[in-house]
Amino acid sequence: MTSLPSLHETPEHARLRDEIRRFARREIAPFAHAWEEANEFPRELYEKAARAGMLGVGYPEAYGGSGGDLSHMIAATEELIVGGTSVGTAVGLGSHAIALPPILNFGTEEQKKRFLPPVLAGEKIAALAITEPGGGSDVASLQTRAVKDGDHYVVTGAKTFITSGCRADFVTTAVRTGGEGHGGISLLVIERGTPGFSVGKKLAKMGWWASDTAELVFDGCRVPRENLIGEENTGFIPIMTNFAVERLLLAGNCVAIASLAYDEAVRYARERRAFGKPIMGFQVLRHKLADMATRIAAARALMNDVIARHLRGDMVTGLAAMAKNTATDACSFVCDEAVQIFGGHGYMRETLVERLYRDARLYPIGGGTRGIMNEIICKTEGY
Amino acid sequence: MKILVALKRVADPDNANKVKIPASGEKIDTTGLEWKPNPFDEYALEAALRLTENGTQPKVRAGEVVVVTFGPKETETTLRAALATGADRAIRVDASDDKLDGDLVARALKALVEKEKPDVVLMGKQAVDGDSNQVGQILAELLDWPMATFAATIREEAGALLVGREVDGGVSTLRVKLPAVVTVDLRIVAPTSVYSTKTPSTHKYNDGVRFAALPAIMAAKKKPLVEVKLADLAPDQALKVSYHGFAAPPARKAGIKVKDVSELVSKLKNEAKVL
Ligand SMILES: Cc1cc2nc3c(=O)[nH]c(=O)nc-3n(C[C@H](O)[C@H](O)[C@H](O)COP(=O)(O)OP(=O)(O)OC[C@H]3O[C@@H](n4cnc5c(N)ncnc54)[C@H](O)[C@@H]3O)c2cc1C
Repeated sequence: MTSLPSLHETPEHARLRDEIRRFARREIAPFAHAWEEANEFPRELYEKAARAGMLGVGYPEAYGGSGGDLSHMIAATEELIVGGTSVGTAVGLGSHAIALPPILNFGTEEQKKRFLPPVLAGEKIAALAITEPGGGSDVASLQTRAVKDGDHYVVTGAKTFITSGCRADFVTTAVRTGGEGHGGISLLVIERGTPGFSVGKKLAKMGWWASDTAELVFDGCRVPRENLIGEENTGFIPIMTNFAVERLLLAGNCVAIASLAYDEAVRYARERRAFGKPIMGFQVLRHKLADMATRIAAARALMNDVIARHLRGDMVTGLAAMAKNTATDACSFVCDEAVQIFGGHGYMRETLVERLYRDARLYPIGGGTRGIMNEIICKTEGY
Repeated sequence: MKILVALKRVADPDNANKVKIPASGEKIDTTGLEWKPNPFDEYALEAALRLTENGTQPKVRAGEVVVVTFGPKETETTLRAALATGADRAIRVDASDDKLDGDLVARALKALVEKEKPDVVLMGKQAVDGDSNQVGQILAELLDWPMATFAATIREEAGALLVGREVDGGVSTLRVKLPAVVTVDLRIVAPTSVYSTKTPSTHKYNDGVRFAALPAIMAAKKKPLVEVKLADLAPDQALKVSYHGFAAPPARKAGIKVKDVSELVSKLKNEAKVL
């Protein structure tokens, strides 16, 4: 029930889901636990996923994509998570979903031709770097400086918590080219190997283990001016446009993780016995599951509604923030209850729900915190 | 080369616990079941695609693959999936699942083969629902064509196929002259199992059935899919097989733990009596 796809999905969405699930079950699920424990998945997986046509979902065929829109991307990511059971792998494979849209939507034809096809072919890895050690929520006051010097920018500063940052071949980076505030921000594509660009360290974290998260350092890093996306000092708009879609993608992750945790809990409740009967026999437990299913259905319904509005061209800034909060709340609740249903086993590292519980904790933080979502909702509500 | 691939949908083997049998035991209750293509038929489709292309350029077709299924309107989902995977054209023979048996399907396929004139009919060695393992063999007999069952490897030659079959104690290799009927086993989708005359022998495929990417899924909507009446292929629709009853397998008893190998051996010898 909790995995009923939305009414706007076509038979082609269903077929895409089948293909991605098959890929995830074959290429990810058998290794999910090992990759999560190793804090890394093999780089070849990008190429495998690309060959299966997965990385290109949501991007135009002209740039090596597979076509389709946000609804296809969300369906694909859900199957990747549910079929593959490794959230870290899914989000690592998907880091281009936030790194490429600014280039696709605001870059020149030459930039699109140069940066998109190798990523969608799985040959290069792309990351997005906005957050800095000094702060992430307040994007408009970011500190990394880019100073013009002939036909280069000299970039100095640091970024942190960057998904796929350790392995990225290029990073779509938010820098300050102008004065204070959001009017002084630009987006630069900074390539690996550019002198002065280095990975500070790979960060150890609570969840999302299979995905690498990096601190990046720019020390007099010389970036060619042709890597500037859009006009100078207009970077804030692409960043904010990107966020609305990212929030729906993250809501999609949450719905998928919650469905997975719920299915695990239902299975376990049927198997596990206490006081002479399966624990599913206790009404208290069945009601817990009913609440979990309800929260997932509600999160899914709101998310699908906002996707449909986004696809017909509505501005969904506030709604996307609501969809994210609803989905992260549902996911945190469901994963917590799933651990509870598993009892002691739920606290053990080899149990899937233990890992999902840790993965779930990221979502009210990443892509804009729960508090920042509320700030956005306040603004769009007009108070 | 033109290949006809017969596909059947089966109840999703991953959800086998949803299969219900009413107390009367007269039939299987199919409500609420999820359907999947029979895995062996998917392997046959993959083999057919490999035989009609140069493996190094899979986007260029070098031959034709026609897929056929028997069933109600919903079974067109199975056909559209096959078209997305790469088949060129599809035929649905309109029929009701419970009014078919292997003999009737084979007779209807014979009529279809006479119309379509493929060089090869490829099919799975069996469907994983009824496990009858009959249609390929009956069809070859009706057509009076050479047959190779349980193919693990196929190499195309001029006017023939060299088919490797895994048998107890080794591999038996048959050369079947075309046209022929070939049924496939699961190893047919291994990286070096199938070679057309165009594919270099150094080429290695990805293991398993290929994935359909979104552009192919979209393009499949526009590929030709026609409906044919069963009566037009097989005027006589009498069945040879009738089912007398269904029963669920007995529930498994809980296992036991043994403390060491010698206890295991003694139990296998004295209690299970398998040694
Ligand atoms: C695993 C992981 C992956 C990430 N991947 C990326 C990535 O790929 N690229 C990238 O750029 N970033 C990434 N991030 C960073 C993420 O977007 C930030 O952590 C997030 O935006 C919050 O910023 P912060 O950590 O600096 O918290 P802060 O901004 O310091 O916030 C601290 C607390 O204060 C609250 N707060 C701040 N301002 C307000 C306010 N006005 N009203 C109410 N409460 C407020 C916040 O809600 C939060 O609870 C990632 C983070 C993690 C953990």
